[in-house]
Amino acid sequence: MKKATIQLETLTCPSCSQKIEGATKALDGVEKESVKVLFNSSKVKLDFDEAKLTIEDIEKAITDLGYEVKKSKVK
Amino acid sequence: MQRFILGRKNHITLISAILIVAGFVSDLLFKNEPIAAAALIIASIIGAAPIALQAYQALRVKVVSIDVLVTMAVIGAFIIKNFEESAIVTFLFLFGAFLEQRTLNKTRSAIRELTEMAPESALRLLPSGEFEEIDVEDVEVGDILLVKTGGKIPVDGTVLSGEGSINEATITGESLPVSKEKGSTVFAGTILDNGTLQITADRVGEDTTFGRIIELVEEAQDSKSRAERFIDRFSRYYTPAVLLIGLVVWLITRDLELAITILVLGCPGALVIGVPVSNVAGIGNGARNGILLKGSEVIGDFSRLDTIVFDKTGTLTAGTPSVSEKVYYSDDTDVVLGYLAAIERESDHPLAKAVLEEIGDQPLFQVENTEVVKGGGITATVEGHRVAVGNVALMEGEGVPLSDRAKEDISRLETEGNSLVLVSLDGELKILLGIRDRIRPGVKENLSRLRRLGVRNLVMLSGDNQGTVDLVSRELGLTEAHGNMLPEDKAEYIKRLIHEKKQIVAFVGDGVNDSPSLALAQIGIAMGGGTDVAIETSDVVLMNSDFSRLPHALGLAKTTARNMRQNIFIAIGVVLFLLAGVFFSEWMNMSVGMLVHEASILVVILNGMRLLRYKLRRKPASPAQ
Repeated sequence: MKKATIQLETLTCPSCSQKIEGATKALDGVEKESVKVLFNSSKVKLDFDEAKLTIEDIEKAITDLGYEVKKSKVK
Repeated sequence: MQRFILGRKNHITLISAILIVAGFVSDLLFKNEPIAAAALIIASIIGAAPIALQAYQALRVKVVSIDVLVTMAVIGAFIIKNFEESAIVTFLFLFGAFLEQRTLNKTRSAIRELTEMAPESALRLLPSGEFEEIDVEDVEVGDILLVKTGGKIPVDGTVLSGEGSINEATITGESLPVSKEKGSTVFAGTILDNGTLQITADRVGEDTTFGRIIELVEEAQDSKSRAERFIDRFSRYYTPAVLLIGLVVWLITRDLELAITILVLGCPGALVIGVPVSNVAGIGNGARNGILLKGSEVIGDFSRLDTIVFDKTGTLTAGTPSVSEKVYYSDDTDVVLGYLAAIERESDHPLAKAVLEEIGDQPLFQVENTEVVKGGGITATVEGHRVAVGNVALMEGEGVPLSDRAKEDISRLETEGNSLVLVSLDGELKILLGIRDRIRPGVKENLSRLRRLGVRNLVMLSGDNQGTVDLVSRELGLTEAHGNMLPEDKAEYIKRLIHEKKQIVAFVGDGVNDSPSLALAQIGIAMGGGTDVAIETSDVVLMNSDFSRLPHALGLAKTTARNMRQNIFIAIGVVLFLLAGVFFSEWMNMSVGMLVHEASILVVILNGMRLLRYKLRRKPASPAQ
């Protein structure tokens, strides 16, 4: 399990958080319970299984929704 | 394509506005209806594009968002050929989003300012002895770093060489520079005012105190209270429900106009944004003032506070005892003071420090046969004289007779809250010293501010003797004060307040040995920040040991909680008003509904923004609530 912190462009509508949460939780290999979308600091925090997907896959799921990923950190 | 459209929302909004104006002008001035219609159709289509795209993405992840409602409404308006409405609704929705973003950024500014204080680069020592500039994220524990005058300390570390003075306001809230030399601890995010330091990195990145503070604040502003979680769940079902109602209305009445009006009016706008906005602005104000409030749940509890429990040491008093009175019982005390200093110099007892500070420089004497009497004091031989320094029990053990005058002095000093140090020379009492802690300046005024803010009970629990505790309590006008308490007694006492008396209790401590109480109380307040345990276990962290932060924190929590209620009230009021409009008025339509909605969103954001400017008034006209 790896921990990812993804910094997004500024989020402005609370429904954005819902969408991002839905999209990341739907990914196979992302720990559903761990997904946290921080609306005010425009960050996504989640745990994922690096054997099943990469951070790029997660970033792509978010950019596909139309949100720009500024920076991400994996630990 | 998608990114192209979404990235140019602001341009689209502007073009759509121009087209709408053009449309109305050509219709009203030139009576040219075809051109007017064309302009409005184009405005609707380009305006609807980004909204429809967002709606599509939301649906893909099974979320019925506001975008979905608006898109359906616009399509409906197209079907009944009401291009005027479709154009205006899309424009208002986009323009509203634009204003929302601008104002939201303002409310978040306080916290952004904090994160921007994070260090970005560091100068790392290379094996060659030179320094290279690297990104702060690449610094590893154990690296040796150079910090020059005006530079930011990149990590938590220990000074290896050099000296300088550091402004630690970001960590302690205290803006007076602190001088650092070899062996001193330095914190990431603080600024080296002058001097040059080489430091060893002890903790880096998110593990530094500053990194933890930022993470805490970020999590706090997004942590949700029960009420918010309810609103979240509610809105998850609310939007689909609105969609369904619109559909049902259309099927029954066959009135598409009414159906799409309901879709627009049903948008939950202000309700979902109202509470987070108050939250982020309130927490932001706190962060700027050295107060960390850990989330809206904490704000809610804090605002309904009944009782504040203080841990005496270091919160109400200065924490450094000093000699308040000296009584001499003979004329040869000059030499005795010298003996006393010689003996105390060998002790690391806190009272010994206070004694030395009081009597100052004394000639040096050779001390022999030093013996520490547990729970009593010290006996020793100086220049052939037997000297005893300690409490009354020690004097009794030494067989030193106490005169009536001495007994009187002793009981008086004790009731005044002093710890006693008696000095005897060859079995005769020579000196009596009363030592006590001083009340910190400003504490009294701030306690009465707390009372004005509606705190009913101010309680002190302390490990000191009851005499000392009573004295401080009387001087400060506390509700209750208990001495001789161990950490577990304090925890037990707080448990009783919460469970038997059903009070909402805040515990103020320094987090060093009172973490059980910090964790037990509904609101654990760590004062003087910095210690890890305190930051972890508490709900409110006051970065500075300045006592005035406490009333500010409480006032801010109350104002923020009130602000949230106002926003919920505004949001629900607007929805009710709009619904009433549909049923009881002629003029209600999609455009008016959208206008009122967007206006209400701005109103709640602006209302939240007031919190950024919150300051505790010196004398509130009436107690809050």
